[in-house]
Amino acid sequence: MNYFPEEVLEHVFDFLKSHRDRNAVSLVCKSWYRVERFSRERVFIGNCYAINPDRLIERFPRLRSLTLKGKPHFADFNLVPHDWGGFVYPWIDAMAKRGVNLEELRLKRMVVSDEGLELLSRSFVNFKSLILVSCEGFTTDGLAAIASNCRFLRELDLQENEVEDHRGQWLSCFPDSCTSLVSLNFACLKGEVNLAALERLMARSCNLRSLKLNHAVPLDTLQKILAQAPQLVDLGTGSFVSDPDSETFRRLRTAIQKCASIKSLSGFLEVAPCCLPAIYPICLNLTTLNLSYAQGIHGSELIKLIRHCGKLQRLWILDCIGDKGLGVVASTCKELQELRVFPSDLHGDGHAAVTEEGLVAISAGCPKLHSLLYFCQQMTNAALITVAKNCPNFTRFRLCIINPTIPDPVTMQPLDEGFGAIVQSCKGLRRLSLSGLLTDQVFLYIGMYAEQLEMLSVAFAGDSDKGMLCVLNGCKKLKKLEIMDSPFGNLALLTDVGKYETMRSLWMSSCEVTLGGCKTLAKKMPRLNVEIINEGDQMEATPDDDRQKVEKMYLYRSLVGARRDAPDFVWTL
Amino acid sequence: MENPKPYERGDLNFKATELRLGLPGSEEVKREATSSVRNNKRASPDMAEEGGYKGGSNANNAPTAKAQVVGWPPIRSYRKNSFATKKNEAEISGIFMKVSMDGAPYLRKIDLKVYKGYSDLLKALENMFKLTIGEYSEREGYKGSEYAPTYEDKDGDWMLVGDVPWDMFMSSCKRLRIMKGSEAKGLACGV
Repeated sequence: MNYFPEEVLEHVFDFLKSHRDRNAVSLVCKSWYRVERFSRERVFIGNCYAINPDRLIERFPRLRSLTLKGKPHFADFNLVPHDWGGFVYPWIDAMAKRGVNLEELRLKRMVVSDEGLELLSRSFVNFKSLILVSCEGFTTDGLAAIASNCRFLRELDLQENEVEDHRGQWLSCFPDSCTSLVSLNFACLKGEVNLAALERLMARSCNLRSLKLNHAVPLDTLQKILAQAPQLVDLGTGSFVSDPDSETFRRLRTAIQKCASIKSLSGFLEVAPCCLPAIYPICLNLTTLNLSYAQGIHGSELIKLIRHCGKLQRLWILDCIGDKGLGVVASTCKELQELRVFPSDLHGDGHAAVTEEGLVAISAGCPKLHSLLYFCQQMTNAALITVAKNCPNFTRFRLCIINPTIPDPVTMQPLDEGFGAIVQSCKGLRRLSLSGLLTDQVFLYIGMYAEQLEMLSVAFAGDSDKGMLCVLNGCKKLKKLEIMDSPFGNLALLTDVGKYETMRSLWMSSCEVTLGGCKTLAKKMPRLNVEIINEGDQMEATPDDDRQKVEKMYLYRSLVGARRDAPDFVWTL
Repeated sequence: MENPKPYERGDLNFKATELRLGLPGSEEVKREATSSVRNNKRASPDMAEEGGYKGGSNANNAPTAKAQVVGWPPIRSYRKNSFATKKNEAEISGIFMKVSMDGAPYLRKIDLKVYKGYSDLLKALENMFKLTIGEYSEREGYKGSEYAPTYEDKDGDWMLVGDVPWDMFMSSCKRLRIMKGSEAKGLACGV
């Protein structure tokens, strides 16, 4: 296959941006593999334990941008103990030692330390972009190091991280010479920031396009910043509280009106609803609106606001909007592609929540909808069947009925038929989360119809091993399967062990798999890491009792064998 | 649910001595239409509803009627934590207060929630009514200014604004009145 000189191949490969394309191309033949690996600059690693830093750098010497994911997804819901793993330090250390010209680092669910951030900031002169999502283990001291030392920093994006806030002066650590910031997001920080330093930083960052403030930044500071940054495209407000009669508020209104480029709005971490009209003028330009942390905005005010947002493509909102409010969304936001409705009241009074009515209204009004996350109090098969008919284009469908084992309240039947309709109709479905009362039947449907499914999340569902087997058998593109509290055991686990090498990972907790079953699997498949999380030393005393049920099992394919950083309570079989 | 005895490992020993037909190790747990408590495992969330959710990392071995289930509902702990702090604050629904000024033809209304403290409030009042109120001192009240801000408290007494901590003021204030300085002197020098 060597009709072209390598330079030509490399030039052609330059047009390949997606990892999947590049991965496919590198499998064609040895010379394509070689050309591809020397030209790849951006690498995505979905499981940081599937490979190690040395082999990464060995294969891709021109590495400039690295994306790493650490803990399993269910770690988001407190199912994985804190020190399970996912440390980024060894990666930073290896890249530093081997002279990688790292410019961009994106991490999700990893443990990041201040030492790591310090090392990162000192080791890579061209470092430009740090994006941390759902990470933990660092403090504002680490951020201070990044601010001080990364001279060409363009992007510092902190999304939903647990950061220990030392209320220090990390913002002041950006030197006066730093004018390169394009994106700054510190909304997740809990502490105060030096407002004067922030204003000065904003004033000299003329390339700033995206800014997300934390709750400690008052409206007065926001107004000053906006007055100097009308070119902003993406804004997250901090505190949005003021006296509407005040001079400050008047100035804010003026400043906002000049921000004709804002397409994405979020924040309102503290908000006085009487101040909301200030943003109406920019609402009609918005394509993204995230009010999922704006607990101060009640249903009626939300609805008033939404009526101005005719161009919305992505909406994240709290369920206090109610079914009626979703009806307004359906009639106003005809371009809607992605909707996320989060629960506003975790202690379940339910009066402010949404039901199947809201979802049906959305599906009828928003034909372009393809991505959904919907927390609700109840759902019916009829509603899901209607939704499936209205919206055949779903790629992501995540439904969370707060009480996960209740049946259809109208027919008292399980929700098998409803979800069955979804997978049958939505031929492009890649991600699915189930809830409600579900039997093996729903898995039969999933195995039969969900041909493109890559990720499936299951909780409190199914009757027997058959359910899980249908999925493993039928979903050829399955990459990630996570199951909690479902009656799947060794039979399901062991029937097709080769399947797991075609997947990224499998999580099973509070199921019926036993220690013996896991040991058998580990023995048969040496290229899988089968990890048991043994909290509370439940199995310490009898590690040979193979009939014990395993509380939490996480297995994943790996090219580098068992990891060496596992804590005591994690057993790799 | 019985408390596991020290020599038992969860429910396993119990099952080993149980008389049943069928090979040992072939367990089929039939799920019922409404989920009951699974042996040795966490209670299903329908029992947890009233108890509310508490994100802990220890699954209870002896679930009670108000058991909380780790991992459900599937909400990121970051989001849950940020809601928790909000729940502790009072609902942001506004504390609207009538404000009258001596000599003014009509009253105004302000939302006390919007202000972080006395200086904020006083600045706002000065703005709203186009006047100066001056500096507060414990000894002299609002000396030297034409006006003094006062409020009616829960007991029906007229008090000088600024004497009590802000939070206490917010909860005891029923209405505000901006008094002309001459009248206010009596208040300030009293006690």
